[in-house]
Amino acid sequence: MKKIFNSFNKNGHKIEKTPYLYLSPTLILMAVLLIIPIFMILRYSFFDNVIINKNPVFVGFQNYINVLTDPDFIVAAKNTLFFVSVSVIAHLVIGLFFAMLLNTDYLGEKTKGIFRVIYALPWMFTASVIAILWKMMLNPHGIINYLLQVGNLASTNIAWLSSRSFALMAVTLINIWAGYPFYMISILAGLQGISGDLYEAAAIDGATPVKQFFYITLPQLKPILISLLTLDFVWTIQQFALIWLTTGGGPINATETFSTYIYKQAFSRYQYSQASASAGIVLFICTILAIFYARQQKART
Amino acid sequence: MYGKKKWYIKMLIIIALLLGALFPAFPILWMFLNSFKPNPEIFAWPPTWISKAFSIRPYLAILQSPEKLRFFFNSYLISFFVVALTLVISILAAYAFSRFEFPGKGILNTMIISVQAVPPITLLIPYLGLVVTLRLYNTYGALILTYLLFTLPYAILMMTAYMNTLPQELDEAVMIDGGSRIKALWYVLVPTSVPGLVSVGMYTFMRAWNEYLFALTLTKTNDMRTVPVGISLLMGQHAYEWNQMLAMSVMGSFPVLILFLFFQKYFIAGMTAGSVKH
Repeated sequence: MKKIFNSFNKNGHKIEKTPYLYLSPTLILMAVLLIIPIFMILRYSFFDNVIINKNPVFVGFQNYINVLTDPDFIVAAKNTLFFVSVSVIAHLVIGLFFAMLLNTDYLGEKTKGIFRVIYALPWMFTASVIAILWKMMLNPHGIINYLLQVGNLASTNIAWLSSRSFALMAVTLINIWAGYPFYMISILAGLQGISGDLYEAAAIDGATPVKQFFYITLPQLKPILISLLTLDFVWTIQQFALIWLTTGGGPINATETFSTYIYKQAFSRYQYSQASASAGIVLFICTILAIFYARQQKART
Repeated sequence: MYGKKKWYIKMLIIIALLLGALFPAFPILWMFLNSFKPNPEIFAWPPTWISKAFSIRPYLAILQSPEKLRFFFNSYLISFFVVALTLVISILAAYAFSRFEFPGKGILNTMIISVQAVPPITLLIPYLGLVVTLRLYNTYGALILTYLLFTLPYAILMMTAYMNTLPQELDEAVMIDGGSRIKALWYVLVPTSVPGLVSVGMYTFMRAWNEYLFALTLTKTNDMRTVPVGISLLMGQHAYEWNQMLAMSVMGSFPVLILFLFFQKYFIAGMTAGSVKH
C-alpha cells in the first residue's frame, strides 16, 4: 500500500493519500449501497429459491428463461415500452414548449418568475399526493368526466383507472404531468445559455422564427436534450410509486410494468429468484443507458 | 432581439401562458379546494368550487391524530439527517475531486454519474437483506442510510462543480499561514460555498421527503412510516375520507412548497445541476 501512495504518476506529481481520506465516506457508502447489492442481485438471479431457502441451488440462466417466457413479463415489457416512450416524448414536447414560452422577451422578469413557479409545481409533489390527486380527478364521478361531458367529448362516465382499455393511458398521462417540469427547467437554463448573437445574425439573414428554432435553438440544445432523454428514460422505466398507487398494475395486468412486476414477484409472491432475474434485466438496460449518459456528460465537460 | 415589441404578440403569449398554466395548476387547485369540502360534495355533479359547507375540519382531524402527526415527525427527522449527512460527505468528496489529482478519479467520477441511472427497485431486494443484517429493519437508520445512495451523487457533482469555481489561491492562502487542509476547507471553502450548499440541501430534502418505495418496503410498523407512505395508507384504510386524504396531502406537500417558493433560484440550480452544468 505504502508503495502506491508514495509513488509518482506519469506527470511527475506526487500521489497523495489525502484525497482518499476525504473520499473514504463516499467510497464506503458506494461499496455498501451500490457494488455489493449489485453483486448480490446478480448472484440471486442465478440461484433457485434464494432468501427463503438456506441452501439455494445454482440454476444458471433458468430464472432468466422463466422470466423471459412469462406471459406477464411480456405484457409488462409491452406496457413499459408504451409508458416510457409516450412519457418521454410528451415530456420533451411539453417541456420544450413551456420553456420557449417562458423564455420570451415580451414579458418582464417578474411575470415570467410567477409563471415559472406555477409551471414547475408538479415537480414538488410526492408520488402518493399525485396519485390521490389524479384518482380524484379521474374518478367516474370526477371533474375530468364532468368536463368531457360538458364539452360533449364523452357521453358516459369513464372509470379511467379501472378500465382495461384506458388505464395505461391514464397512468401515462399522470406520469407526463408529474415529470415535464424537470425538462422545462433544464431546457430553460439551456435556452438562457444560447448567445443572442446567433439569433441576431439569423434575423439579419431573414430567417423566420420557425427556421431559427430548427437551425439554432434545437442544435444548441442538443446536448442537454440528449442527457435529459437518457435520464428520463431510466427514471420512467423504474417508475413504481405512481403506478402502484393508482392502479397497482391492474386492472388484471393492463398497467403492469417492469417495476410493478419486480415488486410483485418479490414482495407479494416471494419469488425472489425470479424477481432478481427481472431486476437483472432492467439493470442491464439501464446500465447501457448509464454508460451512454456518463459518456455524454463527460464529453460536455 | 425581435425588433419592436408588438402588443398583440405580448397578448398572445400571455393568453398562451395562462391557458398552459391550467395543466399544472388546475389539479393542484382542485385538490386544495376539495380538501375543505364535506366528502359527498367532492364528487358533486355539477362540481362546486368553494363549498357552502367550507370547513377546516379535515385538517383538524389530521392535527388531532397522534398517529398521523408521527408520520410528519418521522419525515422531518429522516430528511434532516439525510440532508446533514449528504452535505458533510459531499463537501469532503467534492474537496477531493476539485483539489486533487489521483489514480481512479476518472472511474470514480463515472461511477458517481452512473448511479443516477441505477433503478432503486433493482436494489430493493439486496437492501432488504442488507438492512436486516445490519439490524436496521424498521428503523430510521434504514431509510437514512439507503437514501444517501440517491442524494450523494447529485450532491457530489454539484459541490465539485461549485468548488471548481472557487480559486485555489483561497485555500492555499490558509495553508501558507500554517493552517491545515481541513482548516482551509472548513473556514474558507465551506463559507464561500453557501449558495451551493443551500441548493444541494434543498434538493436533498425534497428527495428524502418525497421518497416512497424504500419507505414502504424497509419499514413495517405505523410508527415508523413517513408522510408519503402515511398518505398511501390513508388511501387503503379510509378510502372514503377523501377530504382527510386531501388535507394530509396538502400538509405533506407544504414543507417542499414553502422551501421552493422562498428559495426558487437555489432549487432550480439544484434541479438543473444533473443535466445542465457539471
